[in-house]
Amino acid sequence: MNKKKQFGFATRAVHAGSAPDASTGARNTPIYQTTSYVFDNTEHAASLFNLQNFGFIYSRLTNPTVSVLEEKVANLELGRGGVACSSGHAAQQLAFTPLIKNGEHFIASRNLYGGSLNQFTKTFNNFGWDCSIVDPTKIENFSKEIRPSTKFIFLEALANPGGIIVDIEKVSKLCKEANIPLIVDNTLATPFLLRPIEWGADIVTNSLTKFLCGHGTSMGGIVVDSGKFDWSNSSSFPAITEPSESYHGLKFAETFGDFAYAMKMKVDVLRDLGCSLSPHNAFNIITGIETLHLRMQEHVRNAQKVAEFLENHKKICWVSYAGLKSSPYNSLAKKYLPKGPGAVFTLGLKGGYKSCVSLVEKVKLFSHVANLGDTRSLIIHPASTTHNQLSDEDKKLSGAGPDTIRLSVGIETIEDLIEDLDQALK
Amino acid sequence: MINEDLYYSDFYLQNILENTKTIAIVGLSSNSNRPSFFAASYLKSKGYKIIPINPSKKGTEILGEKVYASLSDLNHIPDMVDIFRKSIDAEEIAEQAIKIKTKTIWMQLGVRNDKVAKLAKKNNINIVMNRCPKIEYARLTGELGWFGINTEIITNKKRMIRKANYE
Repeated sequence: MNKKKQFGFATRAVHAGSAPDASTGARNTPIYQTTSYVFDNTEHAASLFNLQNFGFIYSRLTNPTVSVLEEKVANLELGRGGVACSSGHAAQQLAFTPLIKNGEHFIASRNLYGGSLNQFTKTFNNFGWDCSIVDPTKIENFSKEIRPSTKFIFLEALANPGGIIVDIEKVSKLCKEANIPLIVDNTLATPFLLRPIEWGADIVTNSLTKFLCGHGTSMGGIVVDSGKFDWSNSSSFPAITEPSESYHGLKFAETFGDFAYAMKMKVDVLRDLGCSLSPHNAFNIITGIETLHLRMQEHVRNAQKVAEFLENHKKICWVSYAGLKSSPYNSLAKKYLPKGPGAVFTLGLKGGYKSCVSLVEKVKLFSHVANLGDTRSLIIHPASTTHNQLSDEDKKLSGAGPDTIRLSVGIETIEDLIEDLDQALK
Repeated sequence: MINEDLYYSDFYLQNILENTKTIAIVGLSSNSNRPSFFAASYLKSKGYKIIPINPSKKGTEILGEKVYASLSDLNHIPDMVDIFRKSIDAEEIAEQAIKIKTKTIWMQLGVRNDKVAKLAKKNNINIVMNRCPKIEYARLTGELGWFGINTEIITNKKRMIRKANYE
C-alpha cells in the first residue's frame, strides 16, 4: 500500500491547520473575534453540549482562530491534537489537571524555568499535588522517586536557563516501564529543532509566547497530545477512562480513542479553569509560526557565534551553550538537536554579581527584559529576576547563580551583536 | 489500540463517504453515552440513513430508526456495514455483509480482521478497518480541526467533502 505524502516542515508551518476559511474562502486565517456561536436549533445545541457533534459553543472552549493554531502546532509536533491556552504556565496546569488529584505525586526535572519551579512547589503543592524535584542529568534520580501515586514525569528538553539537555529517550523508557506519561516542555527548542514525541514523549507543552510567536507580541501556551499513551491500559487515570459526570457518563478514552486526553483537556479542564487564548493572540502566533523555520535557523546561527565569542573573552569564566565543544551536553545536542541547540544560554562573569549588573546596564542592543525567544536579542540576570523567588541554593542548582547572565540571541546582524557585548564588557 | 500498519488514502475514504447513503450499524447501542450511539447520531445529523442492527433490541427504535436483528433481515441493501463488535465476531458479520452485496465494510476503532479484508477485496467490496466513519468524516470536512485535532490535511481548497447532506 502507498504511504501518505509527508510534507516538509516549512510547508506544514505555513499550511497545517490553515486551510482557506470554510465559509468565506478567506485565504489567511480570519480573527473570529466572537464569544459565542448561533445554534441551528435546540437539537443541534444539545448535540454540541453532549459532544455528539463537532461545533462551536463558546470561545472559552473553542474558537475557529484558536483551533487553526492548535492544529498547526499539533501537526508540527507530530501529535494527534493540541489545546491552546492563555500562557505557557496555563499550559502546564492544563496538562497536569486531567492526570493528578489531591494527594498524588509527580516528578519534575530541577532544570526548569524558575517560574515553573515556583508553580510546582508552591501553588500546585497547595492543590495537594506533591512534586519531587530531581537532577535530570542522572536517570536513576527519576526512577528513585517513582511511587505508586506518581502520575507523570515533567521536564524541559532544552532547559531554561542553563543550556542543559535531558536524555529524553532514557526518561521515556523509564515512564513506559512505570506506565505513566512523560510530559516534555519544548519551548526553548521549538518543533523546528526538536520533536520530543519522536523520542517517546507522550505529551508536549510549549509556551507560544516565545519562539513560536517569535516577535514578543502575544502570550499563549499549548499542550500537544501525542495520541500514543494507552489510557485504557491503566487504572491510574480515571478522569480519562471512567464515566464523566459532567458529560452524562461518557468515557473519554472509549469515545475519543487516541485523542481522548486532548478532548478531556479542552471540554472539561479548559472549560472549568477558563484560561482560554484570545483569538487575536492566536492570529499573531499563527503569523509568527509561518516563519518559524527561517527565524530558528538565524537564531541558532547567531547563538553559536555569540557563544563562541564569549567563550574566548577574558572577562567570561564559562559559557553554558550545548553547541560548544566544551559543553558536557554537546553530544546530547548532536543527538537531539542536530540543527542547533536553541538560542538561549547562560554565561558566568568573572566579576560576579557586580559585573553582571554592569553588563546588563551597558548593552545598547540587547534589551533587558524577562522574556526570551523574541526577534530582538535579550539579556537578563536571572538571580535578581526570573529566578528571584528561589533560595540561593536552588538558584545555583537550577543554573541561575549570582554570577550568571542569560542571553536570548535574536536575529539581528551578528557583527552588531558581538560588538555590543564587546563594548559592554569593557 | 491495535498497532497501525493500515493506510487508507484520503481520496479512498472520501470516495466511500461521498458515495454512501445508508449505513447499517452492527452493534449499535441504545445507550446514549456509548461510542456507537455517538457515531450513529453524528452520521445521522450529516444526512446518512442509519439502520441499527442489534438482536437484543429487535423491533424497538434507536435514533428513531427501526432496529433489525441481523443484516439478513434487511429489505434494502445498505451502502455500508459499520461493525461495532469484537474483531473475532467481525468475520461472521462480514460474511453476511458480502452475501447481501454491500459496497463497503467498515470496522470501528480497535476492530481489525485481516481475513475479512481479503475476503472483501476478493468480492470487490471496499474495506476500512480500525477507523471510525464519524472521525474520518469530521477529519475530511475539517470539523475535527475545530477541536484542535491534527487532520494531517494540507489543502488550498475550502474542504474535502463538499456534499455534506445526502437527502
